[in-house]
Amino acid sequence: MNCRHILGIFYRNIILIRRSVPKLFGLFGFITVELFLWGFITIWVQTFANNGANADFILLILSAFIFWSMFALSQRAFSISFLEEVWSRNVINLFASPVKLSELVLGYVLVGVAQAVLAFFYITALALLLCTFDVWELGLYIIPFFMNVLIFGWVLGVVTIGLVVRFGPSADILAFFIPFFLLPFSAVYYPVHIFPPWLQRISVVLPTRHMFEGMRTTLIEGVIPLHDVFWATILNAIFVVLAFLFLYLMLRLARNRGYLSRLVQD
Amino acid sequence: MTTILRVKGLTKRYNGFAAVDRISFEVKEGEIVSLLGPNGAGKTTTVQMLLTLVSPTRGDIEVFGKDLNEHREELLSMMNFTAPYSLLPYNLNPREALTVFSLLYGMRDTKAKVEFLLQEFDLTRLADKRIGRFSSGEQMRLGLAKAFVNNPKLLLLDEPTASIDPTTARELRAKILELIRQSNGAVLWTSHNMREIETVSDRIIFLSRGQIVADDTPQGLKQRFGQEDLEEIFITIAREPLGSSA
Repeated sequence: MNCRHILGIFYRNIILIRRSVPKLFGLFGFITVELFLWGFITIWVQTFANNGANADFILLILSAFIFWSMFALSQRAFSISFLEEVWSRNVINLFASPVKLSELVLGYVLVGVAQAVLAFFYITALALLLCTFDVWELGLYIIPFFMNVLIFGWVLGVVTIGLVVRFGPSADILAFFIPFFLLPFSAVYYPVHIFPPWLQRISVVLPTRHMFEGMRTTLIEGVIPLHDVFWATILNAIFVVLAFLFLYLMLRLARNRGYLSRLVQD
Repeated sequence: MTTILRVKGLTKRYNGFAAVDRISFEVKEGEIVSLLGPNGAGKTTTVQMLLTLVSPTRGDIEVFGKDLNEHREELLSMMNFTAPYSLLPYNLNPREALTVFSLLYGMRDTKAKVEFLLQEFDLTRLADKRIGRFSSGEQMRLGLAKAFVNNPKLLLLDEPTASIDPTTARELRAKILELIRQSNGAVLWTSHNMREIETVSDRIIFLSRGQIVADDTPQGLKQRFGQEDLEEIFITIAREPLGSSA
């Protein structure tokens, strides 16, 4: 054993982690989010058991899981379409072509829709087969819910692309983590009322919170909560505009500072 | 002859450092102009500004008399490029990659165009092989095929024959010249291969530390510097302080 060899391997990897903001974020952010998530899930399970609620707990959890998976898939499909260009060092060809930013985004949206629809039918069929769980019990709520889930996934996909353009290929880790950071605050697996008041106020701005609250209301009370659909849609519309603006500004910054060529060099 | 490219006072500064410093030049229809200079002279930054990958700090770029910044999509559809740092997707084959770029450049009859390019650049036998398994020479040939996918009027070639053996490089140079003459376009060519530059260029622009230090025909440069060898001129210019040779 040569300690200097081991030190060499250690040093090489520490340099990478120390230099990369996204990697540092992944290091500390991941466990923080897991703590929040499992903390809230535990509180909710305990409350549910103590109150002897008459809702179907499995139905609530599986519905939440399926739609959260669709949301994460929508974001990932969108981000990875762009990252493929970065990983294959083709991104310069793309930005030097006559393709407009809006055309690029719409192309990725189409890829996202195709993948999400396929995955949705696959996972709902599988859930029915394995768990005798029929997601169509949500009825008409599925349509606005599914649309909002996809759109907010694309919003985060656009933000991810902006961050990769700004911070370089090392930010690709965010493509896999960003939805996860929103998970505990979106009230996916538990109702929003178990949050501390300050977190309830903050989570109001997340469309996902309204979507998943609406989903639970539909499953427990059998009525479509129009105010949740309304707020999820309005917030999504605002975030679409903000995400586009963010990407536009990141691209302008990248062109000014020469970051685009760095995308094929880092 | 129509002026295809006009660059006026083009400058790119990064934190006060001038990567490109007030350069002006023109490229006319049918002309092949080479950008020559040592590493860090500003050749690639200039090419990247012409491709809208880098925004100029100051100065104007006009293609066919139109401002590149204002008519980006329209003008980029008449231009194309190849560079060793920009590869085509490794998980596609040449036929698929050329089809994608035909679409991105808004071409119709993509199938005929793709088959034509595969044949012209001797890629037919590799048409179904993944690009990721290509040698660097094969990748370079494919990059050149991609550069002709839209019959460009202005072609930017950044080291187009780097990592290609001399025989293939000669064939490719001949092919580039043949295709660009057919479309009556113009080429801006960067290379460190002096013989290549001398063979293909109508004019050579020497860049040093971001500035143009000479702009002349290969013959004119030899007379002016009293050298028979372009490489000697290159070394002389690269060593000279700015302002002494222009």
